[in-house]
Parts: sequence; structure tokens; C-alpha cells
Amino acid sequence: MGALMFDSMLSSRWISIFRRNFLVWRKQMWGSLVSHIAEPLIALLAFGYGLGALVGNVQTPFGTVPYFVFIASGLICMSTMNSASFEALYSAYSRLDHQKTWHGILNAAVIIDDIVLGEIVWAAFKGLFAASIILLVMMALLLVGGHALTWHMIFVLPVLALVALTFSSMGMIFTALAKGYDFFAFYMTLFLTPMMFMAGGFFPREQLPKAAQIITEYMPLTAAVNLVRPLFLGSWPEHVLINLAVLIAIAVIAFVIALKLLRKRFAE
Amino acid sequence: MLLFEASHLVKNYGANKVVDDLSFHIAKGECFGIIGPNGAGKTTTLKICLGQTHADSGSVTAFGLGVSSNLLAVKQRMGVVSQFDTLDPDFSCEENILAYGRYYGMSDRAIKERIPKLLDFAALTHKAKARPGELSGGMKRRLSLARALVNEPQLLVLDEPTTGLDPQARHLMWERLRELLSTGMSILLTTHFMDEAERLCTRLCMIDHGKKLIEGTPRSLIAEHLPPEITEDIEGVGVLKRRSNLEDLFFKYTGRQIRMDS
Repeated sequence: MGALMFDSMLSSRWISIFRRNFLVWRKQMWGSLVSHIAEPLIALLAFGYGLGALVGNVQTPFGTVPYFVFIASGLICMSTMNSASFEALYSAYSRLDHQKTWHGILNAAVIIDDIVLGEIVWAAFKGLFAASIILLVMMALLLVGGHALTWHMIFVLPVLALVALTFSSMGMIFTALAKGYDFFAFYMTLFLTPMMFMAGGFFPREQLPKAAQIITEYMPLTAAVNLVRPLFLGSWPEHVLINLAVLIAIAVIAFVIALKLLRKRFAE
Repeated sequence: MLLFEASHLVKNYGANKVVDDLSFHIAKGECFGIIGPNGAGKTTTLKICLGQTHADSGSVTAFGLGVSSNLLAVKQRMGVVSQFDTLDPDFSCEENILAYGRYYGMSDRAIKERIPKLLDFAALTHKAKARPGELSGGMKRRLSLARALVNEPQLLVLDEPTTGLDPQARHLMWERLRELLSTGMSILLTTHFMDEAERLCTRLCMIDHGKKLIEGTPRSLIAEHLPPEITEDIEGVGVLKRRSNLEDLFFKYTGRQIRMDS
């Protein structure tokens, strides 16, 4: 792995790619803000209040908690995943293919490695930004609902930054392979949707059949939920190193694969 | 002094030989043209010269540096205008140049200092705040040129710089390119317009099927390979006697038939 990473000629030029995307985004920030936040908040209202009234409390290793608090911690992980993935898939692909932005950038003193890193960090930033806003709104709702906030929550965003990076790196692999936008439906259906429902965001994974529990154990979103949920409940996560290692390993491996694929795609 | 040298470039796509033992060089202050019909291998040759694709064999040297092993250092001294617009549709003309300068590692201050000069050069001062969607084809191409000049390159690479432009826009583009040449800048361009090549190029090479057919100054090539005058018998118009030009030479070497494979 070290050797694979090292043969890359990464320079600080990737920052100019990040800044390019930031400049575009600043112009449409409020529109994108609404779209990123509306969905998780609607889900939080529907499931947290609606379903929560039927479910009542949920048993976790960290104590019995109201369903609203339980699902809030799951939803923020899902939103981070979705925002980072969407940016790394659809938005990055439109810059790669439709707008030919990358082709233009490659004519300047930038190499494809810089673009890949810049785009991955950018997509992660979008995921983290969405997470930050959602966290603020959730904290307000928790306070209004009479739930206590814990200082453990200050670790939520650093964890989600890593989660966002993991998903943007994974998304970039599929962007590298895509021949059109339709291709992303496979990734959504085969990877993102199962994770959304099976990673323990909506219900404790212990409810799943044993086989499904084993399969879902090492999904990146499972690691995210494992780390973030206890922080919402005022506890420290269990198996911190393993969960972090899962996220970091997937991020690094996915980045290397995406880089190789995109180098190949642009050398042809 | 040799600014740029490509020697014995070969590139195959499968069984298809796209570039076939092609060599050329560019001296400082020269405008060197690669001319040939569509599908002759012009764009692939440029991509190899810019380090965007690897040649199967052969080498490219720019500013005394091997391109494949010094890619960033070489790109840092080049400006490129590609055949298709890659302008950022969400940015104004100013912002397009700003973002592009950053790709060269320039500071915002240095870029902002150059923006008015570049917009003036591109005759786009009045469009500084306009987005590419509001520009004509000629304006877009001049903005691409301005963008490529942000880092004051020593070599400007142009892939079919006036394809798709109306006569006024083409002449303005040529005027600007000649202005750059008069300041000592060097240009590598591809074109399939013979009048463009005749007007701009100090030297040119004609290629087809990836192979170099002839090379020299436009005037000397015409003098060497063609009679001074050509007589054309055009049905319904009559007999036309005129000076031979580069287009006659082009047809002589690449034929008159339409290419089915391009």
C-alpha cells in the first residue's frame, strides 16, 4: 500500500481544485443547503416523532434511550454518506464528462492525481457541511424535546469527517468507471441503500438474523453508526480502533483504486 | 535555440497506427503548424506533447526537459487552448481566469493583477462579469486563449483555434496570435484550415495517417512542390487562373476523397 501511494506525484495543487468547487458552490450554497437538510429532517420528524411514538424506548449497550435520540444518531450518519456520495458521483461525473471541467484543468499545470484528491476532499467537505448543519438542528430539537446534550457530541463531527472521506473515495471509484449517470443507480441500489437500512441506523443491528449481522458488521456505515451513536447518548463507543480502522482502510484502498482507474481513463 | 522537440513518436490504438514515427521541433519565437485532415493524428500528437497520453515509443523534450519525467515543470511553462471549450459555465469571465491561474499555483493577487490585461487582450473587458453562456463562439475562444495566457507561458499550444468561428472572429483571433508571436512567444498549433496555416505558421508539417508527408515554410513548400499558377475549370463559372496555395498542396498530398473513417 505504501508503495502504491508513493508513486503518486501528489502536490499541493489539489487545493486549487477544491477552491474551484468551493467558488461554484458559494454561488448556490443556499439552494444546496435546503436540499441536503430537508430530507434528513423530514425523516427525523417522520420516524423520530411518528414511529418513535409507537416504538417508545430502545435498548442499547449504552442504556435505554428514546427512539428519537436513537434514530437521530443514525440519520446524521446516513446524511453524511448520502451527501458525500452524491457529490463524488453525480457532481464529479458532470465535471468529468458533461462539462469537461477536468479536461480544461488538465491543460494547466495540474495532473490527474491532484484532481482526484481535490475532488475527494471536496465531496467529503460537502458531506461534513451537511452533517454540521443537521447536527445543529438536531441539537436544537433534542433540547426542545427535553433531551440532554452531552459534551461527547463534540467528537461527532471529526468522526463524520472521516466517514465523509470514506464515502467520497468509494464514490470516486464508480465515477471513474461510469459511462453515464445511469450507472450510479447500481451503486445506489447495491451499496448505499442496503447500508442505509441495514447498518443499524433505523434499528439495532442485533434484531437482524445472525447471517445478516455478520454480513453487515464491516460495512463502513455500520462503523460510522457504531462510533457516532454512543456519542449522542453520552457514552464512549466500543471498539473505537477497529471501527476507525475499517473507515480508514476503506478510504485509503478506495482512493488508490479510484486514482489508478482515473489515471487510466485519462491516459486514453 | 530549440524550445521544443518531439522525436520519433509512435502511438497505436490496438492495430491502428495513429502516430507513425513523427518528429518535429520548434525554435523560440516560431509558430509551428501541424496540418492534416480530420483523423490524421493531430490531436493525439498534441496529447503526447502535453504528457496527457504516453507514446508507445519516441520522446518529447520541452525547455530542455523530458516531458514525461518533468510533467509539472513543463506544464508550468505552457498554455493550452483545446479544440472544445472547457470554460466553467458557472463562472464569469474574470472568475474563469482566476480559477485557472490557481491551477498554475499563482497567488490571487498576481492573478487579479493580470485579469484586466488579459480581458483587454481578448476584447472582453465589457464582458468581465458575464458567464460563458452569454458569450458568442468567438468570445468563448478568446476567453480560453486569455485563460491559457494567465501564467505567461513560453509556448502556447492551440488545437484548431478557429474551428467553428465566423470570419470576423477568426480574423480577430489571428490578429491576437500574431501579436503574441511579435512579443517572442512560440506557438504550436494544429489546423485543417490552409489559409490559417499560411497566415500564421513560420513552419509547418503536413501529416496524414500519423505520418509526416512534408515539412517547411508555407512559401517554400508551395514553390517546391507546385507550379506557380493553377488553372481550374469550374463548370458554369469558367476557367480560373490563380496562384497556387497551401490548399492545392494539401489536396496533392492527402487526396480529395471524403474520409469515411474520421
